[in-house]
Amino acid sequence: MKQPMLRMLGVSSAISLLAVTAVHAEDPVDLTIVSWGGAYTESQVRAYHDPYTAVKDHITIINDDGSANALAGLRSQSMAGNVTWDLVDMLPSDAQLACDEGIIMPIDADEMLAPAPDGTPASEDFLPGSLGECFIPQIVYSTVVTYNTEMFPANNQPGSIDDFFNTEDFPGRRAIQDRPAGNLEWALFADGVAPDDIYDVLATPEGVDRAFAKLDTIKDNLVFWTEGAQSPQLLADQEVAFSTGYNGRIFNAAQVEGQPFEIIWDGQIVEWDGWVIPYGPNQEEVLEYVYWATDTQRLADQAKYISYGPARASSAPLVSEHADLGIDMRPHMPTNPQNYETPIVLDNDFWTDYGDELRERFSNWMLRG
Amino acid sequence: MTQSDGTHSGSDAGHMVNGQMVTVDGTPLKASLKRAERKRTLIAFLLVAPLLTYLLISFIFPIGQMMWRSVDNPQVVTTLPKTLEALDDWDGEGLPDEPVFEALAEELAIASANRTVGQLAVRLNYEISAARGALMRTSRSVEDFEPPYKEDFLDAHRLWNDPAFYRIIKREGNPLTASYYIAAFDGTYNEDGEVVLQDENRRIYIDLFIRTFAMSLGITLITLLLGFPISFLMASLPMRHANLLMIFVLLPFWTSLLVRTTSWIVLLQQQGVINELLIALGFIGDDGRLGMIYNMTGTIIAMTHILLPFMVLPLYSVMKTIPPSYVRAAKSLGATPWTAFWRVYVPQTLPGIGAGAVLVFIISIGYYITPALVGGQSGQMISNLIAHHMQTSLNWGLAAALGSVLLISVLILYWVYNRLVGADSLKLG
Repeated sequence: MKQPMLRMLGVSSAISLLAVTAVHAEDPVDLTIVSWGGAYTESQVRAYHDPYTAVKDHITIINDDGSANALAGLRSQSMAGNVTWDLVDMLPSDAQLACDEGIIMPIDADEMLAPAPDGTPASEDFLPGSLGECFIPQIVYSTVVTYNTEMFPANNQPGSIDDFFNTEDFPGRRAIQDRPAGNLEWALFADGVAPDDIYDVLATPEGVDRAFAKLDTIKDNLVFWTEGAQSPQLLADQEVAFSTGYNGRIFNAAQVEGQPFEIIWDGQIVEWDGWVIPYGPNQEEVLEYVYWATDTQRLADQAKYISYGPARASSAPLVSEHADLGIDMRPHMPTNPQNYETPIVLDNDFWTDYGDELRERFSNWMLRG
Repeated sequence: MTQSDGTHSGSDAGHMVNGQMVTVDGTPLKASLKRAERKRTLIAFLLVAPLLTYLLISFIFPIGQMMWRSVDNPQVVTTLPKTLEALDDWDGEGLPDEPVFEALAEELAIASANRTVGQLAVRLNYEISAARGALMRTSRSVEDFEPPYKEDFLDAHRLWNDPAFYRIIKREGNPLTASYYIAAFDGTYNEDGEVVLQDENRRIYIDLFIRTFAMSLGITLITLLLGFPISFLMASLPMRHANLLMIFVLLPFWTSLLVRTTSWIVLLQQQGVINELLIALGFIGDDGRLGMIYNMTGTIIAMTHILLPFMVLPLYSVMKTIPPSYVRAAKSLGATPWTAFWRVYVPQTLPGIGAGAVLVFIISIGYYITPALVGGQSGQMISNLIAHHMQTSLNWGLAAALGSVLLISVLILYWVYNRLVGADSLKLG
């Protein structure tokens, strides 16, 4: 993709958005948008897709829940020379891999994305470090430790990552995800390493040993989950007292379904999630859609439906109430100052470098029982 | 068809000419037979051709491709040919000399420009951690490197100071690699380039293969123990009752796999039906709830249930054909009921036992969904790790190697089975 072409597309999309009422017969286009399914896709449908297709008659959006295996899908489609996906929601680490392999489009933020309402260019409006070479962030989500309040006496409720590792004062089983990312960070954090130093420590063999030694202290109480939906389920069934999980799903279970869950924001692991653009069949329409769907108001709108924080600084003040429940969404956002006291920002570079080795070590550690 | 093609005329009206059997029209019988045979073969072949093509496209070709992928290693060869050439002169001790870095700088710049460096980086990261970071970071700044390049490289990333990194590039600079298979058997290369066992706390696959085979064998035995009496009962009951029983066997068989697996979760979990029942009956206390799911027990229970019909159906179809008179005859000749059963009845069911056991064993060895849902950690099987490498870690080479190992071990087991029992004695129903 050449730069002038992008500029032209950016400008043309801006113009066409100003002139959405100027109806001229256009060929119908199906956009295949790949995302995570469940409550998350639902929030995108209500915040982005429905309002967009309401003004763009010729666009039909097809939702594909393939994000869990997005990189594998992108690779095989590009290998087969038949890219059917137009837009893909994925994690920044996978996006960087796909970008390095040249199978998704590089992003020039100021050309392809809308500026903030006050004119701040997109590259400065998106939160620091969130934009990737090929990656357009939408939300900040976090992986948090949650507990079922009914499993502890009212005067002895846990409140920190230390408590998660303290089986004496807070007995009960704990569910963690069956992968090292996140768990090793928490182990070091609980062992006294400052959030900023975690990855430096984890890059040394001694640091890895230290993390596993800490995890060993709770190993007899551990249960492992794989899919995001399992953690609220395990908690609701009281199979476990604590579980790690994605804050949006926990929010849904606690607020929408009324489960007695309480999130421990201490040591929350923060990561981005966002769009990448493969070299699909409808690039012009997709660029136009992305320009619109990642603007300040749209990102703020998504927070009406799910408790993930918008990735633009200018969206934060616009976050309001949940569309159905009418509760204030701000206290439930990972980026809310009260929740954001001791965050651990997931280091994707670290995990792409050391992931293979640490996953082997972690699998071996899990399987040894 | 056979009337007109002369095979019959040979026997009906054949006569001798020059000591050779010929048909009425004078062609030698042998040739005539051959021609007829050829025609039949051709027709038979044409009839199976669609199936054969289908198998070729959907089965043989993908398997071949999978096995090819487990040794295919194009990344280093295609991206760094000059570097490899320069590395030929390096003795493997200490750091290589300037020509290697010159070639590297040139080729990394090209790879960075046409975006092939990503695949190279991912490939080398399988062999040594941080290789991906080293290559990606270096390739972003390599344009600005100036001769002598060596110093720029050593400053760019710590891995360039490690001789092991160059040894790996040299070793993987081959269009074919054994490293995926070595990894699949928990092996690795040591400093001298010899294959050794992986560090103890990184070994996974051998144990998992053993566990997969042991669990499959266990599940096969349990389905046999449970399935044999049911099949026996069905075969000996009058048709009316047998059909009812058959429906009980088939009903779960027709139910979605996911439904059956999740029902087991409802039954077996700690707050589940069985635990609650045991507590209500006073067998266990509230703090002594049994962990029957998210572990090996859960996988075995759920898989046994799901695979039971594969044992019952072949057994039943074989037992149905065993005339009851044999057992009666044995008894009338003085055999005790046990002897009659064990010496006369059971040997006749062997083809059914064989077929059921082979079916259940082979299906369970590759089982994936049920262990993923109810297996927790101790109940995972090798297929779950293959899926992990296909979908999450995206190390398709290793996934292909693990899959090939699984395929070959199943073929070997089948061959052993064939030698011991004989595949022709299988009776699938």
